[in-house]
Amino acid sequence: MSINRKELEEIAALAQLNIPEKQVSHITESLNQVMDMIELINDANTSEVKPMSHPNDAWQLVRQDEVTDTSHKTELLALAAHADEDHYLVPKVIE
Amino acid sequence: MINLSIRTMAEMLKNQEISVQELCAVYSDRTKAFNHSTHAMITINPELNAAEILQAQSLIGQDEQLLAGIPLVHKDLFCTQGVKTTCGSKMLADFIPPYNATVVQKLSDKGMVSIGKANMDEFAMGSSNEHSAFGAVSNPWDLSRVPGGSSGGSAAAVAARMVPVATGTDTGGSIRQPAAFCGITGIKPSYGRVSRYGMVAFASSLDQGGVMAPSADDCGLVLSAMTGHDPLDSTSAQQPRLNWEKPSSPEHKGLKVGVVNAWIDELQDEGIKQKTLDAIAHLKANGAEVVDIKLPHAELAISAYYILAPAECSSNLSRFDGVRFGHQTKAVDDLESLYRQSRSEGFGEEVQKRIIIGAWALSSGYYDAYYLKAQKVRRLISEDFKQAFAEVDVIACPVSPEVAFKQGEKSDGVSMYQADKFTIPASLAGLPCLSMPIGFTQGLPVGLQLIGNYFDEQSILQLADQYQQQTNYHLQLPEAFA
Repeated sequence: MSINRKELEEIAALAQLNIPEKQVSHITESLNQVMDMIELINDANTSEVKPMSHPNDAWQLVRQDEVTDTSHKTELLALAAHADEDHYLVPKVIE
Repeated sequence: MINLSIRTMAEMLKNQEISVQELCAVYSDRTKAFNHSTHAMITINPELNAAEILQAQSLIGQDEQLLAGIPLVHKDLFCTQGVKTTCGSKMLADFIPPYNATVVQKLSDKGMVSIGKANMDEFAMGSSNEHSAFGAVSNPWDLSRVPGGSSGGSAAAVAARMVPVATGTDTGGSIRQPAAFCGITGIKPSYGRVSRYGMVAFASSLDQGGVMAPSADDCGLVLSAMTGHDPLDSTSAQQPRLNWEKPSSPEHKGLKVGVVNAWIDELQDEGIKQKTLDAIAHLKANGAEVVDIKLPHAELAISAYYILAPAECSSNLSRFDGVRFGHQTKAVDDLESLYRQSRSEGFGEEVQKRIIIGAWALSSGYYDAYYLKAQKVRRLISEDFKQAFAEVDVIACPVSPEVAFKQGEKSDGVSMYQADKFTIPASLAGLPCLSMPIGFTQGLPVGLQLIGNYFDEQSILQLADQYQQQTNYHLQLPEAFA
């Protein structure tokens, strides 16, 4: 398995990243070294094995459906680069 | 003063031989003095917080866990209310959290005094601490070498005794490998033992907070205070709090220690191999029954890990959009460009590389062949450990195939990834594990890894403590910092 320039651009777009032109060949090469490394996984016989997504055999806990009255709107909006009193501000998306 | 255990410092505070203010000032001054050479810290609190000192002083003598008044630093991915939390990234360079991580809050409630935030590989991705947006950390044993990573700042700060204890996190070895490289003790508890609330996420099914300190006893005391179920973290285990009990005797009578001889045989560094064999012989001489164990699927661990961890990272780091918090680019006029440009400017190269690997592994056409396959391999590795723990109480094995390497020596990522081969298997299984110092080769520290069964941190801490009752490798200080 290896990755080419076109695939790199497609995946970078999925991941919302711009890869600068001068870094494309370096990153492609670096990714292909990793691809070679992870390819080893195909040596394992896993036909009867259940995937393990998590180390603990736990289930999702639920909490009591109680009203909590804490609003952190002001502190959270203050972390944004651009916000008014009630909204995050972004470039216009609808003409 | 600078090489005392937590128990001794607690005794001195209780007997009024020293005040909290004086103790914290000793370490705060050392942190300021030695940060120029180590770069172990990203943020140093300019002044000790008077309210924190007062609260700690009021707890002296009442605190059974002996932590009141003990200074510490937090790895810079634990959210600290009102104190910058960068995660080693330009993305969060100006991020000031409005809340504390559960770990930070629990230790603060016990009266521990934070004197700053430790450097780290960006978003905890790296094994050398060279991937920090705020500069590489130097190893106090040789400033031209790396301290390991990703908790390299925490490890270097403890090794140079800039602080007596630091928090760290471990996803694939990020506490154990830097602890080994810097000659200190570091424990990653069982997955779920410590709340991840307020810990900036890298790979959520693997990340776990832990402790780095000179001795296993120090680690046990602090770890106990960090544990306990947290309703704010749905993956936090429903387990009672760890209650570390220091053993009274150095004898390991009746303890069965499984040794992964295949891993020791493959060590190329004769110095590390000899120290590992010596340490195991020491355990045997003190009454442990040593048996050979096999972990046949562990050789696939790196491949599985470098699919699963990047996949989880690509998902977790999608929250950084430049809008709600974190770095936002300037001079773009559409939302799509804002997202892409903010992320491309904010994340460093290693982080971007892992996001891309993860996005690729999760993308259509590769999900079954790679992501699902890696999850199946993870189960095989976990089953190997379950079989081993049916026979033994603790597993002993190397931490790293190498000692601290020179900065800039590993230019390709893959050779650095492959050096995590001994730490990743236990991470995938979610088991508790630690690294303890077992000597020096070429003047550099060597560590031994102890892995315990699920939620049995007591056994590995106990074995390490018993070893440390008879050795003094954990008390050695680098000459320039003595």
